[in-house]
Amino acid sequence: MRRAWPPLALLAALVGLWELIVRAAHVPGYLFPTPSAVASSLAADSGLLGRATLVTLREIVLGYLFAVAVALLIAILLHFSAALRRALLPILVLSQTVPTVLLAPILAILLGYGIEPKLVVVAVVCFFPIVVNAVDGLRSADPELVRMMRTLHGGRLAIFRRVELPGALPAIFSGARIAATYAAVGAVFGEWAGSSAGLGFVILQAQPALETARIFAAVLILSALALCLYALVTLAERLLVPWQPEAHHA
Amino acid sequence: MLQSIVETPVAPLGGSGLAVVARGVVRVLGGKRVLDGVDLHVPATGRVGIVGRSGAGKSTLLSLVAGLDEPDVGEISIGGETLPAGRLARCALMPQRDCLLPWRSALDNAALALENAGLPRGEARRRAAPLFARLGLAGSEQLRPAKLSGGMRQRIAFLRTLLADKPVLLLDEPFGALDAITRAELQEWLADALAAEPRTVLLVTHDVEEALLLCEHVLVLAAGRVVAELDVDVARNAPRRGVVTSPAFLELRERALEAIG
Repeated sequence: MRRAWPPLALLAALVGLWELIVRAAHVPGYLFPTPSAVASSLAADSGLLGRATLVTLREIVLGYLFAVAVALLIAILLHFSAALRRALLPILVLSQTVPTVLLAPILAILLGYGIEPKLVVVAVVCFFPIVVNAVDGLRSADPELVRMMRTLHGGRLAIFRRVELPGALPAIFSGARIAATYAAVGAVFGEWAGSSAGLGFVILQAQPALETARIFAAVLILSALALCLYALVTLAERLLVPWQPEAHHA
Repeated sequence: MLQSIVETPVAPLGGSGLAVVARGVVRVLGGKRVLDGVDLHVPATGRVGIVGRSGAGKSTLLSLVAGLDEPDVGEISIGGETLPAGRLARCALMPQRDCLLPWRSALDNAALALENAGLPRGEARRRAAPLFARLGLAGSEQLRPAKLSGGMRQRIAFLRTLLADKPVLLLDEPFGALDAITRAELQEWLADALAAEPRTVLLVTHDVEEALLLCEHVLVLAAGRVVAELDVDVARNAPRRGVVTSPAFLELRERALEAIG
């Protein structure tokens, strides 16, 4: 907890500075709201923002879990088949050069305006860092451990289950933590491509109405959601990778 | 004292040891004849040590015996089995680094081969647990490798090798990474453990004293060839200090060092 103090203090100072400057310069609230205006929007619009948060949270969590499941499945397939790895890995890398943001409208056309296209956008944004880290982690198993396993009745599956997979967990979690920070952005882009609820939708509605403080409030909640997901993934890592030295946990 | 430890073997492979025979083994790696016509005979439950400098081909020979590699010329058999997969099924290798899995407790590391052989984890643990008490490791069962000393880690690694219940144990510099005092302790511990649980043992080491203490027969390997063979006929029941300073032992040690060159 002690490590949390310096960034918190800096953040508080920056927020204070923001409040002072906006007030001193008499910037109109619709252009750039003060932190206190954002706070009062959070309170005044709590019903609206609360409902929108639940919608977006569902998209983030389900889309993220979908991404993790698909990424691990693909990583394991790539790990077991060198031919598939040679064929598919370059295509996966290439697919990342397509701006996923632009996929959202296409997905909305394909899948409609329900939750499905949002889940797909979140998953598309999140799955790549997990796949890449998982494949690297699985392949970097110590060859001496594998040799030892082979002389101790260890078949291919035993080596995977008892050496490669546990050894790859720290790398998999590194990818999962990076992905966790992308999930909220993916959900918002999904909503912007066509939706009738969620924090992205609230932002879209607030913009023409010049409800700038509400936009800031929604962004604040989105950041908080991303941070919570990141913290949850870190917690899961601590529980699942207890042999890892403490210094490796970020 | 130590008595028979593994009452119910996983896959009995014919007695507690099988003879290892190598004839005219040549292995070329990277254009170099790492092994250049090596003959080897380890009788069932016999113990043969291989000493030599780094790069003399000791570890290559172990990989070949284990069936992890095939010779370019010559033949290796374990109890008559010459195919690499068959040899692999009959050998357990203990590497220089302990190679314990950091995510497993000492007990689960020791039971690894039993789980690999298809036993459920609970049953594997039940079979591995009695060995801890009998070999003086009680209390360490639940600790992860990071909490164990180097000496303890090597003991667990040996237990794991033993519990694979293979007739042939291949020990590749098992105590190479330990300090001299811990190494001496472990040599005595290993001698006791092998007395309780006899197996055919092929021990590779650069420590001549270790080979002479633990083995009945010692080969000196230099530049891929066997340059000396020593029969170790010293009394082993005396305390270690007495053994290693006896004239017979010192003479054997001198001959081995001379052959290493």
